[in-house]
Amino acid sequence: MTKDDQILEEATSGEYKYGFTSNIEQEIAAAGLSEELVRFISAKKNEPEWLLAYRLKAFEIWQKMEEPSWAHVNYPKIDFQAISYYAAPKDRKKLNSLDEADPELLRTYEKLGIPIEEQKILAGVAVDFVMDSESVFTSFKKQLAEVGIIFMSISEAVQEYPELVKQYLGTVVPPRDNFYAALNSAVFSDGSFVYIPKGVRCPMELSTYFRINAENTGQFERTLIVAEEGSYVSYLEGCTAPQRDENQLHAAIVELIAMDNAEIKYSTVQNWYPGDKEGKGGIFNFVTKRGLCQGIRSKISWTQVETGSAVTWKYPSCILKGDYSIGEFYSVAVTNNYQQADTGTKMIHIGKNTRSRIVSKGISAGHSENSYRGLVQINKTAENAYNYSQCDSMLMGETCGAHTFPYLEIKNKTAKVEHEATTSKIGEDQLFYCNQRGLGDEEAVHLIVNGFCKEVFKELPMEFAVEAQKLLEISLEGSVG
Amino acid sequence: MLKITNLHASIDDKEILKSFNIEVKPGEIHAIMGPNGTGKSTLANVITGRDSYDISEGSIIFKGEEILELSPDERARLGIFLAFQYPVEIPGVSTTNFMKAAINERRKHQGLDPMKAAEFLKLMKEKMALVEIDQKFMSRSLNEGFSGGEKKRNEIFQMAMLEPSLAILDETDSGLDIDALKIVSKGVNQLRNKDNAFIVITHYQRLLDYIVPDFVHVMYDGRIVKSGNKDLAKELEARGYDWIKEELGV
Repeated sequence: MTKDDQILEEATSGEYKYGFTSNIEQEIAAAGLSEELVRFISAKKNEPEWLLAYRLKAFEIWQKMEEPSWAHVNYPKIDFQAISYYAAPKDRKKLNSLDEADPELLRTYEKLGIPIEEQKILAGVAVDFVMDSESVFTSFKKQLAEVGIIFMSISEAVQEYPELVKQYLGTVVPPRDNFYAALNSAVFSDGSFVYIPKGVRCPMELSTYFRINAENTGQFERTLIVAEEGSYVSYLEGCTAPQRDENQLHAAIVELIAMDNAEIKYSTVQNWYPGDKEGKGGIFNFVTKRGLCQGIRSKISWTQVETGSAVTWKYPSCILKGDYSIGEFYSVAVTNNYQQADTGTKMIHIGKNTRSRIVSKGISAGHSENSYRGLVQINKTAENAYNYSQCDSMLMGETCGAHTFPYLEIKNKTAKVEHEATTSKIGEDQLFYCNQRGLGDEEAVHLIVNGFCKEVFKELPMEFAVEAQKLLEISLEGSVG
Repeated sequence: MLKITNLHASIDDKEILKSFNIEVKPGEIHAIMGPNGTGKSTLANVITGRDSYDISEGSIIFKGEEILELSPDERARLGIFLAFQYPVEIPGVSTTNFMKAAINERRKHQGLDPMKAAEFLKLMKEKMALVEIDQKFMSRSLNEGFSGGEKKRNEIFQMAMLEPSLAILDETDSGLDIDALKIVSKGVNQLRNKDNAFIVITHYQRLLDYIVPDFVHVMYDGRIVKSGNKDLAKELEARGYDWIKEELGV
């Protein structure tokens, strides 16, 4: 193991030391999840021996781990025995027409401006696979193939490009990284694999949207993106469909690897079911997302808009290993009713002259709790590292909470670190000012909130930004007045 | 246009307006003067419908309609505009976007489609010239980092954009230097016509040299105690408010 690898290892495996302590006594029921099940999943997918071994090892690690409890969230103990790991999650009843779908769901689709054909797919109406989208999909694949880009489900990739997957899987988020990462590594269902060859600039935004129709990825999604030297890709993870699943656990892993002079831009709009107004139901979203800036002058940029899920626990991070590499994190997290979010980022500076930038906007309404948790770690080797962090919170009403937990670990004196934080309330005076110009309360709140989030929205691809704004409006509906 | 009769308003059980009466007709400019704490700003807030006030008695008729039960945005859309004494900052929202939202919200309620981008830009240009405001302010966050004078000019710009029937200027002259005062006044004078009306709340006669009122009212202890023409303002400037208190026997 080289010295660099050792540092990397420390950086990736040791991160929960930093204030993220675990003290829960957890009895894990092994019954729902067993070695047989892991073997079953692997066999179903016809996986090679090395991947089965990888899963089994992860399972072994997971069994020895404890569920983390350091996040500022409360939720009932998850019964891992009660979770279906392979078949059940997407077992939705097929409907004959949209008339049979939940009217509230349709209302949401309408507000989001989702075309009627897509509404049908999202709501689970049995449709013949729309010739149109089939052809869009095909021409899209062709275009990518011409420049040598691989974009397919990770299960397919395991079959078609086993060496590539084997080379990179688990190198940024190893199974032992954390409880949910181990769980995912053992039972991951499917996800995306993207490979951008040397010097290729991906000609379009890659979106899960193009995949969602083809297959259901299930609750343990796994994404791996590799950008070779001098390449560029922008990847959109969209969850436009507010899924109605009850209290379901989603534990995904996303790994990004950027070689010399490569750039990866990863954008997420997450609006999974947040539970009802009393806080019943909703998704538990426990995700490990991490990017490795492996090469010199590489860049990884995370942009996320989180409006859904009952509980969110997620820290898209960057390991800045290459000299002059850059990590960015732009986040809007909105919580309403009884939602809880504990989200932020980790910027691990290893290479010289590495730079990172964090812009986090938290909006809390109702009885929700919204926490920013971020770690900036400047290692000894990281000469002249620079970080800028800005964490702004906005409160709507008297019963919600906003919290900021910034952690700094600086082991090199040449580092420059700047941190700014603000907490504001949507003031009666701001509302009245907007009212006086003819805007109703809802419109006024949208305007003020969108202004508050502008720095993050402008990082999103155009059509995504519009969608994000609409989502914000929907999730904050009825939170004033 | 506006008729306020026997209006009583209080905040936290303290009565601020005590049987306030005024009538404003189209084409008129009314100046309201008076010492601090006599209820001038409360009057502006109550007409525009700011919460936090209890109205125990009286009525406010605007364009023939009782507006006391209407929300602030409904009143605004009827054509009441307040140029704020302390304009509020809205980070991340540019003046351009703010005005676009305000104009289109109004159009929506009139059953009209949003204004076309080209038409909107033309309107912006025209009104910016009127108050001599620089293009660069339009893309900056509303009032954020604006100087006092810039904020006030921005208020007049918004007024020009929205073309209200009744505009209330709440101490728009405070904090303005003489050049800014002239520009603001010029804007008001150009917007003035036979169909709209202005209520100008001020401490100083100075503003009224530029915006010449048809009526000057002196407010004291929650009501109008003396009314006159523009000469009354000059007299107040020369003699202060004490002689009025003496006349009232307080």
